[in-house]
Amino acid sequence: MIRTPLRPLARILEVRREGGNPDAIERENIRLRHEEMRDRSRRRAEGRLLVMGVMFFLAFCVVGGRMAVLAQSEPAEPRASAAGAAILAQRADIVDRKNRILATNFNTHSLYAQPQQMIEPERAADELVRIFPDLDHARLVRDFTGKRKFLWVKKKISPEQRQAVHDIGEPGLLFGPREMRLYPNGKLAAHVLGGASFGREGVHAAEVIGVAGLEKFYDARLRDPAQGHKPLKLSIDLTIQAAIERVLHGGMRLMNAKGAAAVLMDAHTGEVVSIASLPDFDPNDRPRPPVSGDASDSPLFNRSVQGVYELGSTFKIFAMAQALELGLVTPSTMIDTQGPLRQDGFKIRDFRNYGPKLTASKVIVKSSNVGTARIARQIGAERQQEFLKSLGFFEPTPLEIIEAAGGQPLLPQRWNELSTMTISYGHGLSSSPLHLAVGYAAIANGGRRVTPTLLHNPNPEPGPRVMSRASADAARIMLRKVVTEGTASMAEVPGYSVAGKTGTADKPRPTGGYYDDKVIATFASFFPAHDPKYVLIVTLDEPVETSGDEPRRTAGWTAVPVAAEIVARVAPLLGLRPVIEPDELADITLTSN
Amino acid sequence: MRSFLYILSALAVIGLAFWAYRENYETQAAQDQAESLERQIAYKRERLRVLRAEWAYLNRPDRLRELAELNYEALRLMPLQSHQFGRVDQVAYPPEEGLESLGIDFDASVEVSNMEDAQ
Repeated sequence: MIRTPLRPLARILEVRREGGNPDAIERENIRLRHEEMRDRSRRRAEGRLLVMGVMFFLAFCVVGGRMAVLAQSEPAEPRASAAGAAILAQRADIVDRKNRILATNFNTHSLYAQPQQMIEPERAADELVRIFPDLDHARLVRDFTGKRKFLWVKKKISPEQRQAVHDIGEPGLLFGPREMRLYPNGKLAAHVLGGASFGREGVHAAEVIGVAGLEKFYDARLRDPAQGHKPLKLSIDLTIQAAIERVLHGGMRLMNAKGAAAVLMDAHTGEVVSIASLPDFDPNDRPRPPVSGDASDSPLFNRSVQGVYELGSTFKIFAMAQALELGLVTPSTMIDTQGPLRQDGFKIRDFRNYGPKLTASKVIVKSSNVGTARIARQIGAERQQEFLKSLGFFEPTPLEIIEAAGGQPLLPQRWNELSTMTISYGHGLSSSPLHLAVGYAAIANGGRRVTPTLLHNPNPEPGPRVMSRASADAARIMLRKVVTEGTASMAEVPGYSVAGKTGTADKPRPTGGYYDDKVIATFASFFPAHDPKYVLIVTLDEPVETSGDEPRRTAGWTAVPVAAEIVARVAPLLGLRPVIEPDELADITLTSN
Repeated sequence: MRSFLYILSALAVIGLAFWAYRENYETQAAQDQAESLERQIAYKRERLRVLRAEWAYLNRPDRLRELAELNYEALRLMPLQSHQFGRVDQVAYPPEEGLESLGIDFDASVEVSNMEDAQ
């Protein structure tokens, strides 16, 4: 760079000659130099600003471009994650207590059509109807030739059907993957499992949602991706469920009953080993709920949980157990059974006259309404309510199926003395067979309330004590006598001393009053009597036993033989070895503990 | 000296670039392999699930019962009954002389009859 001197000698000499001030030249040059410097630094700053601006512009372009790319691209799973392969099932499996599959998923295909891509819509409709005879030909032709752009043809098709549709060669017929719920055991435990169907549906996938039973109750748990690989383990035993359903079905046919229910429960843990309700259905092809008629006639109706019935004399043991607990009676106390007993203009009668007096034990064995009603009058309404409430007869059972909440027991509107007396022998309070199972489990296990559950849980928290062991033991011995010398003599199964109580209740008419020839026959039992392990409730709806001269409807002739057959079939499967019953009377100690 | 350094650093850049590209391709190959393995695993798992479902379907109690009834002549299968429970001392052991003829020395035997308590 050529640097201009501040005091150029030539000009200074010239100014000096003219008598001017040479400093002015110097200042002038300094000014010029400063101006030049200023201009240069401005140019540099402007250049830097431009570069910065371009930089920022490019950076924002990159950010914007990246956003556009992200917005345009399909979401993809991170490539390196190895766990992705572990979770494939949309919905966790359901297995029984021995890990046998009750419900699983199955990959299949759905068939849909895009009529605009079709080449020969009529021929496609012809061929489809040939493959699926249930499709409506006219409607398919109308849909295929009309304005629709998309329609579902079939929700689920088998691989063979898929190949057949593929062979039509129509480009407008397309397949989407579908995961469907499969119940490989068919009708088995249908009421427990309920069923599943599709929720929101897309071409590439469809949501599987539970619509009833356990599937609906545990819908969130079964769909939780974090627990998708962990099957839900139930307390149900597949083998025992199958045996009970089989025997119950046979018994229902033999006794000409229109429905039947059975509950087999572990008396100590409350685990439901088997719960059956007939008639049943196939959860793979769940029927639609009935729109007319009585809901309880539908196969979807779960009699063992939803069906609230007056369960008759099976309730007597609760009045007796409470009287024993309160110290009002002992098994040998004489009870006045002279009938009829009048109360509020209502007569309480026995099935036949049992004489003027019976011991408390005999009242249960002979099933005397009058004797039980007298004991209940001694207990009183308030204490009776409290006791029945502690056994869970006031609220629906907490079983893990969605229908359980519908099993709200029917209680009398005004609980007067008459109600107290009729409820003591099982009339006036309606509850489900599962409620009864919980009540009998408390007697069987020595006085503890159990919580019925469908989940495998061998060591639950012990429930609250509802009666003392001594009272429970005394009640247990009475129930054993019902079988050995009372109304349930057919329940004797060699090797498995059964204890239980029969109950025959007239069915209420929808218009009020009771039917003369329609009953609910119940047998509530547990076995083995000396060390109860399982509670079994069998209920038959409108049974008639016609082998004798006149039709017999009492539980002793209908429900009891069915229950005995169930015990004989199921007890060996439960691993119970037949034993000779120890002499009960020798080891009773009525000391309180 | 300076030009030597230039050549050296250029060579280093070439070497590093070569290494980086090779690593990149190797990683891509490994990822592709992992992806295909994962696909295979997923396929196998799906297959396993189908087989499990099929096993459960073929072992459903209804079918087993029908098979037992169909083949009653050959198998004589009946529902399990209470009298079928046995005790250990009801099990027939092979006769002793048969064992002696095999040359087994019974004097060196160990007493096990009370070992049940120890379990």
